[in-house]
Amino acid sequence: MIKYILSYGRMFCMAFLDYLINGISLGSIYAVIALGYTLVYGIAKMLNFAHGDVIMVGGYAVFTAMVTWGWSSWLAMLFAIVVCTVLGITIEKVAYKPLRKASSLSVLITAIGVSYFLQNMALLIFKEKPKVFTSVVNIPKISLFDGKIVIKGETTAAILVSIVIVVGLSLFINHTQKGRAMLAVSEDKDAAQLMGINVNSTISLTFAIGSGLAAVAGMLLCSSYPTLTNTTGAMPGIKAFVAAVFGGIGSIPGAMIGGILIGVIEILGRAYISPQLADAMVFAVLILVLMIKPTGILGKKVNEKV
Amino acid sequence: MKKKLNPQTRKSFITYGLLLIVFIAVEILLKTGSISSMLQGLLVPICVYSILAVSLNLTVGILGELSLGQAGFMCVGAYASAIFSNLVKDSITQPVLRFTLAIFIGGIVAAIFGILIGIPVLRLRGDYLAIVTLAFGEIIKNVFAALYIGYDSAGLHISLKSQGDLGLKPDGKMIINGALGIGGTPNDSTFEIAFVILFISVIIIYNFIHSRTGRAVMSIRDNRIAAESVGLNITKYKLITFALTAFLAGVAGVLYSHNFYSLQASKFDYNLSILVLVFVVLGGIGNIRGSIIAAAVLTLLPELLRSINNYRMLFYAVILIVMMICTSNETIRTFFIRNFQKLKGLIIKNKSGSETVKEAE
Amino acid sequence: MKIAKKFMALSLAAVMAGSCLTACGDSSSSKDGGSSDGTIVIGGSGPLTGGAAQYGVGVKNAAQLAVDEINEAGGVNGVKLKLVFEDDEADPGDKAVNAYNALKDKGMQVMLGTVTTGSCLAVIDKTKQDNIFQITPSASAQDVIKNDNTFQVCFTDPNQGKASADYIAENNVAKKIAIIYDNSDAYSSGIYNTFKSEAAEKGLEIVAEQSFTKDSKTDFSAQITAAKSAGAELLFLPIYYQEASLILAQCKSADFSPKFFGCDGLDGILGVENFDKSLAEGVMLLTPFAADASDDATQKFVKAYKEKYNNEIPNQFAADAYDGVKIIAKLIEKEGIKADMSASDICDKLKKAISDGFSYDGLTGQGMTWSAEGAVSKNPKAVVIKDGNYSAL
Repeated sequence: MIKYILSYGRMFCMAFLDYLINGISLGSIYAVIALGYTLVYGIAKMLNFAHGDVIMVGGYAVFTAMVTWGWSSWLAMLFAIVVCTVLGITIEKVAYKPLRKASSLSVLITAIGVSYFLQNMALLIFKEKPKVFTSVVNIPKISLFDGKIVIKGETTAAILVSIVIVVGLSLFINHTQKGRAMLAVSEDKDAAQLMGINVNSTISLTFAIGSGLAAVAGMLLCSSYPTLTNTTGAMPGIKAFVAAVFGGIGSIPGAMIGGILIGVIEILGRAYISPQLADAMVFAVLILVLMIKPTGILGKKVNEKV
Repeated sequence: MKKKLNPQTRKSFITYGLLLIVFIAVEILLKTGSISSMLQGLLVPICVYSILAVSLNLTVGILGELSLGQAGFMCVGAYASAIFSNLVKDSITQPVLRFTLAIFIGGIVAAIFGILIGIPVLRLRGDYLAIVTLAFGEIIKNVFAALYIGYDSAGLHISLKSQGDLGLKPDGKMIINGALGIGGTPNDSTFEIAFVILFISVIIIYNFIHSRTGRAVMSIRDNRIAAESVGLNITKYKLITFALTAFLAGVAGVLYSHNFYSLQASKFDYNLSILVLVFVVLGGIGNIRGSIIAAAVLTLLPELLRSINNYRMLFYAVILIVMMICTSNETIRTFFIRNFQKLKGLIIKNKSGSETVKEAE
Repeated sequence: MKIAKKFMALSLAAVMAGSCLTACGDSSSSKDGGSSDGTIVIGGSGPLTGGAAQYGVGVKNAAQLAVDEINEAGGVNGVKLKLVFEDDEADPGDKAVNAYNALKDKGMQVMLGTVTTGSCLAVIDKTKQDNIFQITPSASAQDVIKNDNTFQVCFTDPNQGKASADYIAENNVAKKIAIIYDNSDAYSSGIYNTFKSEAAEKGLEIVAEQSFTKDSKTDFSAQITAAKSAGAELLFLPIYYQEASLILAQCKSADFSPKFFGCDGLDGILGVENFDKSLAEGVMLLTPFAADASDDATQKFVKAYKEKYNNEIPNQFAADAYDGVKIIAKLIEKEGIKADMSASDICDKLKKAISDGFSYDGLTGQGMTWSAEGAVSKNPKAVVIKDGNYSAL
């Protein structure tokens, strides 16, 4: 009897650990996407709904470079980052900059327009058939407990990359001149301008970094879940947006925590409660958290002035 | 002497007049049969989207909160009324009576949901409120997509898992069949009914805005703390607005579900909520007439672009971006205003220039 | 600012009104359903944009191919066919109806579509109302054919679920079965429901039932872990190939290697660009069509399709659509339909003809016949993927 309980207990623990690892892996990818959201929101004060589609462009860029042109994976990754960065800056210049003084809702709608545009452009260029992505990750998998738990190379990569990005981004923002300029712009655009900060170039830089991150996220996403269509980025984009709000939008460590939590809740919910309602559960947890902390886990409390 | 109407009333009467003119024009086209099947099919959806847009404009424009849950309320209204109509379609055969009841049921159930959701949600502000309403909308959609309801001699059976789990007897009937949704809803929506409902919605909204409650809501939008300090019950006014928005969205859902033979939850995803928000922003926040025009134009646009095939949605996206930039960018706007004034000056020569300038502001 | 908006709105409204009127002009010429230029118009509807575009585009391409072939050979009884195809975005509501209405405006006399079950459910009662003969290449739910004017080229879901369970039980493929299906998709949950009840009857043990939804169809780790820890010997996948390719890859990296069994939705998996075919080794599926089958008709079709469409390999949707057009053509020939007949008259003749001793040998089955209810009778072929190719079991 005791033996039975023990073996059952061990099986349960193994399965739980497996779910947890998968959740963290998915969550790390959400975190990298959420970082892009949070960065742009914090500085440009806009919800960049097209962010998810920049991820898709990053995925296609790697695919084209590696499979069609036969480049090495490092070169392909570099190529994708360059493509997405240029794309991000272009989008900002063409679609968002003319609306710098308009209400944030107008910019939101424009972002949605850009998102439709990117999706349909990709459909025209890369056609409708899904493509299988070749993983860019070259890390061997780790076997634990005699192969009962397998940690994929992609999982290790996703976790490591997201940590590196969070640390790097925090250092950049807090300890470099450009980074501090970003902080200043996020606090008060007009005052920053008076202090001699070039607001336009700072915002462009933000979009460049955000889109570069989207390229990285695209690679991680497509390496872990190797399928690529023109809507690949849409749903992860929304989930990552939820993650960014969850962690407190505008906060870099918040995006990381939010992303990982969303990933873990999604996988555990699917495994233990109901796969049909896993998405509903993610949203329900989000609502609960915001009821208790209205500005997200690490969000700043804004005091209202009369 | 002509009595001068106050500007607000004048504005609302212009809207009513325009709506009536459009209605009569469409009716004439319908009666003479000179309207394509596609446009004919679009008439009810345009009314549905217009109601959704004007009701969301209440929350976004008058209350000043960004809500992305419109599709969720519409979904609730659509499902509630479709269940009702399917259950009674054999006992109440009078379509007008059945449909009237369905409209009230759909609207009221949606309003109840609006209040239930509104109580926790309206404590939040800005983008946090937006994301939570989006979350509620997605939860509603997901639950309805996983819902199986059937009835037999033993009563109602409900399951969230599968059709087999219901354990229906052979004589049983499915009402909601999971992802397949509800089929066989009587097609009671007609353009005339849809138009009447749109017209009533617009009347309700104009009267709401110009009522004491409406002014209170707008004062909350403009300065919450000041409104609170003069003794306005913020939560109450917010809830009223939110519930009215949900009610009208529910009614739009009823029209929608009774216009098609099948109803599936997957229709009511966040993209629909965003689409309605696009109508509101493009039509002008707080501008009821603008919302209707934007809803009609943006519903027609992708259909009229069908002739360019593969490039259809790409064009739609480009037009959306261009329209947004043209209506919101300072420089381009002044360019339009200047030309428009010249045009106006040519037509109405006897009016003094100062008045046009005042209006332009 | 208000004036600027008014200006925009007015100019747009003017453009709209203008285009509405031209649209009206178009329609008046073909209001009765008969076409002016002496062709019979086949209307197709399916998703050409959005997430489901891959299914609609295949159907459109293959249908066009079939129409071109027929016309090159001189048409049907000397009458040429014309295909018009509209995008319904796989929407289950107004957009599907819009596409249908657009087709009507273009003078559709026979309908081929729609591609997806959800959209099809939204238009079946419209075609019934207008009395237009409708044959869907790939909308497979039972409800799709509830009206007497709608017919299917593909199997009905319940048939597939039953046939799969029967095959597994009779050939003793496995005893412990896990299922992963798409709960938000009518096709997938339809097969799942009948598979489950038939499996219970045949004494198969279902150890895990896992589902996913349209919004979360990339990560299957939870479902795979559940199937693995339940000790499943066979994984039944009544889903489409895009998700299946992910499940196969994720099973491999989780060191889980059961037998895989799928339905016709899995067909096409080998045609995915850059897919590692070794992953699909040993996958069994019941499908009416395999692109590398050795019969002449299939080879001719695949060759023509590849030549015309940039070397793409046609999938089962394309094959069903090709058959659909050919079936329509054969029926038109048999009934002596003329180009100036109204859609309703054509419908009355065709729907009687198709269930009255009509049989058709096509890419997706030999000796296909239809019942008056609209379901097709053909036998699914069980195939297994071996050395990167389909081979008959």
